[in-house]
Amino acid sequence: MSAGNGKLIIRLDNVRRIYKVGVERIHALDGISLRLYENEYVAVMGQSGSGKSTLMNVLGCLDRASSGYYELDGQDTTRLSDAELARVRNERIGFVFQSFELLGQLTALRNVEIPLIYSRDGWLSRRRRAKKALERVGLGGRIKHRPNQLSGGEKQRVAIARALVCDPSILLADEPTGNLDSKTSESILELFDQLHREGQTIVMVTHEEHVAKHTKRIIRLEDGHICSDLAAEDDIIGRGDGEGKML
Amino acid sequence: MKALLSAPLVFVQLLYQSMYLALSQIWANKMRSLLTTIGIVIGVASVTAVIAALTGLKAQILSQVETFGSNTIIVQPQRPDKGPQSHLPWWHFRFKAEEFEDILDHCPSLARCSRISYTGQNVRYGERSAKDVRIVGVEPSWHEVENRPMVLGRKFSIIDEGRPVCLVEPQLRDKLRMDKDCIGESIRIGYNTFRIVGVIERRAQLELGGSSREDYEAIIPFKMSSKFGKPWIMALAESKSTEMLEEAVAEIKFFLRRARRIKPGDHDTFRVESLKSAIKTFNEIALVVTLVAGGIVGISLLVGGVGIMNIMLVSISERTREIGLRKAVGARRSAILTQFLVEAVILCFVGGLVGVGVGKLLTLGIAGINPLLEKTYIPVWAIALSFGFAGSVGVCFGMFPAIKAARLDPIEALRHE
Ligand SMILES: Nc1ncnc2c1ncn2[C@@H]1O[C@H](COP(=O)(O)OP(=O)(O)OP(=O)(O)O)[C@@H](O)[C@H]1O
Ligand SMILES: [Mg+2]
Repeated sequence: MSAGNGKLIIRLDNVRRIYKVGVERIHALDGISLRLYENEYVAVMGQSGSGKSTLMNVLGCLDRASSGYYELDGQDTTRLSDAELARVRNERIGFVFQSFELLGQLTALRNVEIPLIYSRDGWLSRRRRAKKALERVGLGGRIKHRPNQLSGGEKQRVAIARALVCDPSILLADEPTGNLDSKTSESILELFDQLHREGQTIVMVTHEEHVAKHTKRIIRLEDGHICSDLAAEDDIIGRGDGEGKML
Repeated sequence: MKALLSAPLVFVQLLYQSMYLALSQIWANKMRSLLTTIGIVIGVASVTAVIAALTGLKAQILSQVETFGSNTIIVQPQRPDKGPQSHLPWWHFRFKAEEFEDILDHCPSLARCSRISYTGQNVRYGERSAKDVRIVGVEPSWHEVENRPMVLGRKFSIIDEGRPVCLVEPQLRDKLRMDKDCIGESIRIGYNTFRIVGVIERRAQLELGGSSREDYEAIIPFKMSSKFGKPWIMALAESKSTEMLEEAVAEIKFFLRRARRIKPGDHDTFRVESLKSAIKTFNEIALVVTLVAGGIVGISLLVGGVGIMNIMLVSISERTREIGLRKAVGARRSAILTQFLVEAVILCFVGGLVGVGVGKLLTLGIAGINPLLEKTYIPVWAIALSFGFAGSVGVCFGMFPAIKAARLDPIEALRHE
């Protein structure tokens, strides 16, 4: 673990997320404790249903933990109101989705502007900041395009620009390359690498070992617990030829 | 300072963005939006058209009050609605000239009274002629009651009674191709020769569905009208003051019942109306029309509102993922609520705009039907009222869908297919 080298951004203590379906209780997160520091580059892996998306939703303040403690940027989020959580999502968190989630009737620029619309002081500078974010992801020449005029990779870049536009403490990406072919995936991952070099803290969910290889730390989930949390070079499962081997 | 400034700014930008989004959404679904707003269009169009018609009618009536003066009383024969006499033919009830004899002596509240007779006669001047000209017989006091300005020459006075003199309208003078100054010329009315002593302005349109513009009119002394058989007779009177108006009406009724020998308990065979009571009648009719129209408008706005609600629910279910995304990047409930409320209201305003346009067309149509309605126009406040209605329909019926949208859970919304 990369403890100590930088500011603590996320602290999870024994976080649980329990879904009630009928009489059944599903422990999607079953006591997760985790610390993330500034400029970390983390992959979350695990089998389908292991709770990766649930963890991302809790980290992204889209969802509340059923119990446990979650501190973001030194702030206890468990007692925040819905409106305060919305503000945290707006100012501190950048979300990238597998299916991009761009609004079809808006241009790339307008899509990137969306978070600034809901921000406290983004209004006047929104055009400039959105443009800058698009340039940062290499789409300075596509600002007037609508999503249906963009390739899959370009769409995901617009979505990344949108996630970055409010300068978040942490970038959360749930299978960002899940809908892309391998070549495009690689270019998106290079973009993540570049953002990491620029100092961005990144957590991404992936199924694929070669995707996880881009990161510096790999957290593996199983049935809602962390079963392995190692620096990428120590992660033997990823190094070997694959599946089945567990720590 | 910056934070202070930004609070209203956030709201302004939210409204602006909502409006932008709403308009692009409406534009993207032009046909659907138009069909949705049809209830609003009908509602608003009928509000504006009804208000315009009533305003026009009122303006017309008020302008008559101006020319006539508000103390004027109109006396006309009328067949009773009930009783044994209701089966007699209408001409049975016509006034006879002598029935009004001494009316001023018996009605102390009256300042003046003039019998008026109407017949239609052909008028000739040399080779020229005008068919079926309305020949109006008046007494000298008529000038003061009706106040029609003279263009040329003089009014009638007592010495003219029983003399073959007449006043003509400029239109009749021109129709007969007479000189502009036709005073002293003689014309043939029916088989009698009359000398023109004055030119009088055409009167304001009076009766409902009344005289079309092609009608011509000549005015002769009342006594001379007996030369044309039995003319239709009515009377125009004026009370001494506005306060005495009611009194004067009562006095005339009493006087005429005696003059016509109507037994106690029998119905009046005439009608005594002041313009004031005509205005009152108009206001009563206007109220009924307003209520009926209001009902129609209410129903169509209700239907329109349900349409709006329906389309908003459809829109929200289509855009569930968008809502999820907006929430994920930091939109509060209030922001989502505003966005969809604004969209509903704008949809209604678009309907309102189209409605006012349709209402304007209806108004032009109405104005063309009847000269009495030619003053018909849409007052600004009616437009404001229409938009007010449309806006409140938008708020009322957009509220439920907007709340529904605002309450969506972002994770579930983003999972929506
Ligand atoms: N809204 C919900 N209601 C009930 N159970 C849920 C809900 N969301 C998730 N779960 C359950 O929680 C567990 C974890 O789900 P999660 O979506 O986090 O898995 P995941 O690791 O992201 O899987 P995948 O790789 O397929 O995306 C699953 O067993 C799932 O069935
Ligand atoms: Mg998942």
